[in-house]
Amino acid sequence: MSDLRGMFVDTSICTGCKACQVACKQWNEMAPGVPLPMEDEAAVREHRAFTGNSYDNTGHLSATNWRHVKFIEQIGPDPSTSDRSDPRWLMMSDSCKHCVQAGCLEVCPTGALYRTSFGSVDIHQDVCIGCRYCVGACPFGVIAFNQRTGRVNKCILCQDRLEIGMGTACAKACPTSSLTFGTVSDLQAMANDRVKALHARGQTDAYIYGWDLGNSGTITAGPNKGTAVKDVEVVGGLNVFYLLLDKPEVYGLPAHAALPQRNFVPSAGVALISAAVLGVTGLAAFRRNRIAENAAAAEGGD
Amino acid sequence: MDLQNSDAIVFMGSNMAECHPCGFKWPMKAKAKGATLIHVDPRFTRTSAMCDTYVPIRSGTDIAFLGGLVNYILTNKKYFEDYVLNFTNAPTLINAGFKDTEDNDGFFSGFNPTTRAYDRSTWQYQTGAAPARAPEPQSNSEAKEGQAGSPPAPVPAPQGQSVKGVNFAALIANRLPGAPLQDKTLNDPNTVFQILKRHYARYTPEMVEKICGTPKELFIKVADTLIANSGRDKTSAFVYAVGWTQHTTGVQLIRTAGLVQLLLGNIGRPGGGIMALRGHASIQGSTDIPSLYNLHPGYLNAPDATKTHDTLLNYILTETQPTSFWSNTPAYVISQLRAWFGDAGSPDNDYFYDSLPKITGDHSHFPVMVEMSQGKIQGMILTGQNPATSLNAAFQRNAMAKLKWLVVLDFYETESSVFWKHADAAPGDIQTEVFFLPAAHIAEKDGSMTQTQRTIQYHHKTADPPGDARSDLFFWYDLGQRLKKLYAAGRSGAKNVDIIKNMTLDYAPDPAEVADWIHKDEPSAFKIFKEINGFDWKTKQPINSFANLLSDGSTAAGAWIYTGQLQLVNGQIVNRGEMQPGKNDGWVSPNWGWAWPANRHQLYNRASADPKGDPWSTKKKYTYWDAAAKTWKNDPGDGIDFTLTKDPSTPANPNGVGVAFHSGSDPFLLKKDGKGWLFAYEGLSDGPLPTHYEPWESPVKNQLYKQDRNPVAKIYDVPGNKYNEFAGTQFPTVITTYRLTEHHLSGTMTRWLPWLAELMPELFVEISPELAKDKGIANGDYLRVITERNTTEARALVTKRLRPLTVNGQVIHQVGMPWHWGYQGIATGDIANNVTALVADPNVSIHEGKAFTCRIEKGRART
Repeated sequence: MSDLRGMFVDTSICTGCKACQVACKQWNEMAPGVPLPMEDEAAVREHRAFTGNSYDNTGHLSATNWRHVKFIEQIGPDPSTSDRSDPRWLMMSDSCKHCVQAGCLEVCPTGALYRTSFGSVDIHQDVCIGCRYCVGACPFGVIAFNQRTGRVNKCILCQDRLEIGMGTACAKACPTSSLTFGTVSDLQAMANDRVKALHARGQTDAYIYGWDLGNSGTITAGPNKGTAVKDVEVVGGLNVFYLLLDKPEVYGLPAHAALPQRNFVPSAGVALISAAVLGVTGLAAFRRNRIAENAAAAEGGD
Repeated sequence: MDLQNSDAIVFMGSNMAECHPCGFKWPMKAKAKGATLIHVDPRFTRTSAMCDTYVPIRSGTDIAFLGGLVNYILTNKKYFEDYVLNFTNAPTLINAGFKDTEDNDGFFSGFNPTTRAYDRSTWQYQTGAAPARAPEPQSNSEAKEGQAGSPPAPVPAPQGQSVKGVNFAALIANRLPGAPLQDKTLNDPNTVFQILKRHYARYTPEMVEKICGTPKELFIKVADTLIANSGRDKTSAFVYAVGWTQHTTGVQLIRTAGLVQLLLGNIGRPGGGIMALRGHASIQGSTDIPSLYNLHPGYLNAPDATKTHDTLLNYILTETQPTSFWSNTPAYVISQLRAWFGDAGSPDNDYFYDSLPKITGDHSHFPVMVEMSQGKIQGMILTGQNPATSLNAAFQRNAMAKLKWLVVLDFYETESSVFWKHADAAPGDIQTEVFFLPAAHIAEKDGSMTQTQRTIQYHHKTADPPGDARSDLFFWYDLGQRLKKLYAAGRSGAKNVDIIKNMTLDYAPDPAEVADWIHKDEPSAFKIFKEINGFDWKTKQPINSFANLLSDGSTAAGAWIYTGQLQLVNGQIVNRGEMQPGKNDGWVSPNWGWAWPANRHQLYNRASADPKGDPWSTKKKYTYWDAAAKTWKNDPGDGIDFTLTKDPSTPANPNGVGVAFHSGSDPFLLKKDGKGWLFAYEGLSDGPLPTHYEPWESPVKNQLYKQDRNPVAKIYDVPGNKYNEFAGTQFPTVITTYRLTEHHLSGTMTRWLPWLAELMPELFVEISPELAKDKGIANGDYLRVITERNTTEARALVTKRLRPLTVNGQVIHQVGMPWHWGYQGIATGDIANNVTALVADPNVSIHEGKAFTCRIEKGRART
């Protein structure tokens, strides 16, 4: 555990500046084979790229957006009324979470997706066949198909930087240290301290999404004011994990992330039962046939 | 960095998280330590998201708000008594003939409606008798008042007298004023304190709500927070930027915060003060070493034909303030002239002072563009500037169409370089010859930058510029060399020959500096850095402190405030601009870059100790007097902004020159009386006290005074600059312009970069759901912003972060429009400034881009 690398994303001090998005593109433009150009230059030139979704014109993670800052406006308890009490604007820098139980990794048929010595999930671009099994297996909608290369892309936790002892580009660029790179155990301790410090200040909304460090609190503003929240371990743990201030769904994260693989045992069980039922029914049917045939034969032979 | 020490921070007139994201880590540190953060703004922004409380306000009414804070502090007697009594001019007596805006329905005494200017004689201090003057030869020179705000003209020297053999010290000593009279009980009605109380008497919380639209409880919460976090044990800070400067009352607006901070005792203290966010790269440097018409480097006033500046001696006598640190002006001025003219200058020819151009009026940007529009200007050189997108942009593009020639130095083909595509005249009819010279980028050249908190940092070239791109330095140096050649050869009818022939321009390329690079003719930025710093004229060695600059021509210094950025240490030249903090540097980080003056980070830090020299509290200990060592000390390592060995009990000396005139407990060295000025009896053209005036374009009248707007605001009654009807019905919506993190200024550097263009691809207007509903505008629709100047189109971003305000019972809507777009680049859009107007603050000519009016309509601007 102590050698695993990851990131702690403290959304309570994210200012939504998007330096992380730009740093990621700038660094990864330099890595061979994975250029990250503008998502859609034509749309920008033709004035079609403006989304009207708060300050988020990126929209979602994609083959060319490995980091995406989300903006959630909660100016008052109900968006449809003019009540603007307790206003807040939540921001979160989203990316691959380098899950301990990574759905993408488990379904990849070629081994293009692999676990690095740092605990992150990287992609051997030259091995990827573009089958896209991984796209459906990720509970967070992170990994995406790249039309230009015919392969898939996602955040690779700056593997080339880690190999020479550096941290991730996004964490380096983050001006408030909302993104912190380090060993997972160090980051867990930092996150725990941070949640407790926020709770002491009255900001009881804070909790950890990714690991269960034992914290629980209550949301203090927005449409979910008063709802209880607590730390949650997700798919065995997230090496890139978050301090959130509202329910996961508000951030577009699954409340109960699950991998398709979790259906293996039950579906295997169902399959076994189905096989047994089919077998028994089939045996019964053949046996009845057999009895009928024998009866008919016996009838006829007399 | 000092913001990390604040117990409370009010962001107002600024959007620090979005516009200064790196510096914002310091308020975040303060917050982690338990500080309370408040954001007062017309919009709920990414800064508001990081603060504990967001307070809405109608754009342009900050003086009413801050004046309300003054009223609240005085009414509830929550000012820091010891500080106010001893460190400010609260007890000082003002001329009994002074009339306040309360007496004159919005005017101070002395207003001349014909000249639209104030005569400030009734604003002056009451003083004791001046020390007896030694007789001087009778003068023939005419003492000239100068422009509004200048100090009163002193006794000029005899006409034609040069500086040769002049004893500056004696002349200055002969011009000492009388000491200001005070009433330490603060009861005399003529005290600044009582005038202050009267002036802000009607700025009650109720009035703040009526004018600003800010709910009373929120205003009181801000006031209570500041009060609870000020005093001996706690300090609060204000953080502002162009949300405060860009108004017709901009300077006074900032001053109102100064009043609040002086009353609360926050100036000169760790975690206190007023942080001016200086946003552009080296924007601080651009006024320190300016190309501003009215300033020479180091904030020395440009020679002015309307002042008593006819000779160098008269210039020095006019500009030198005998009773403050400015008493050293002769050394600063003559050192500067020595730097500029070298050995050609001498006391015999007044160091070539006569060859310097003298200003004759307002030559700031707007009047220049007005003259350009009238065909009076032949050519313009734009170095990294984009007036085609500036205030009343169409007016400026049309003005540029009258030029004979235009030179543009920039990275990309800016809107200004192709202004002729978007002027009223057809491109074929425009006679301007445009030269576009590609410019090198910051990483492609040596140089220095001076940022927020006055820190100077030197940077080294790391790459050759591409193609023909060259540094601005190369352009100007090369131009200067060519002009010198032409003038040396003689040109008939040439003006200003002396200045061209004799300016030193000693910036020839240094072979060692250019060895690794393609361009061997690149002038030496280091030589300029050294000239700015100052050096001994004979030995050419750098001078370590401005205290060592002399007025006898033996020293040269481009800008006295920067003296010390280079230092001679054990025979080695140390570039303080290159230094990095050491392990034991502490939070002040005195070895990270170099802050002018003299590496003093917190200005006026003598005020962090009480009159006796003891810290106000252990918690806020900063500068203090060590009685045993007989010296001032500062443990975190900041420069001490006071005479190092001056005992705090030193009495004021009515015959003392410079800071000797001040007592040992007068922290404000640059002020004539050493006090913080609650009342500014000189220096400002629109009043000694900040007064709420409505923006030039406003949907409502002034509720406090019959005089609605700043009576001396700079207005331009010229074709193409029609103002919206004031408090009319056609333009009922308040509009403000602002910046986003993702883009910079007019987008000349950012809308060409794909990764930034896609983050914010299009011009949008932030509009409340209430106003959007009124106009039938859905999120994402196109809308039109209409003013008398122009119509701009933008996408609607409907958001509750904008809200309608109730102003004196009337619902007022506000919208916000970022101004980053233009017709060039990848991400293009309408120019926000097409709808703004030429109107400016009277003191410094800053435009009013932060508060004006418009009409919003659904739909596109053009088919």
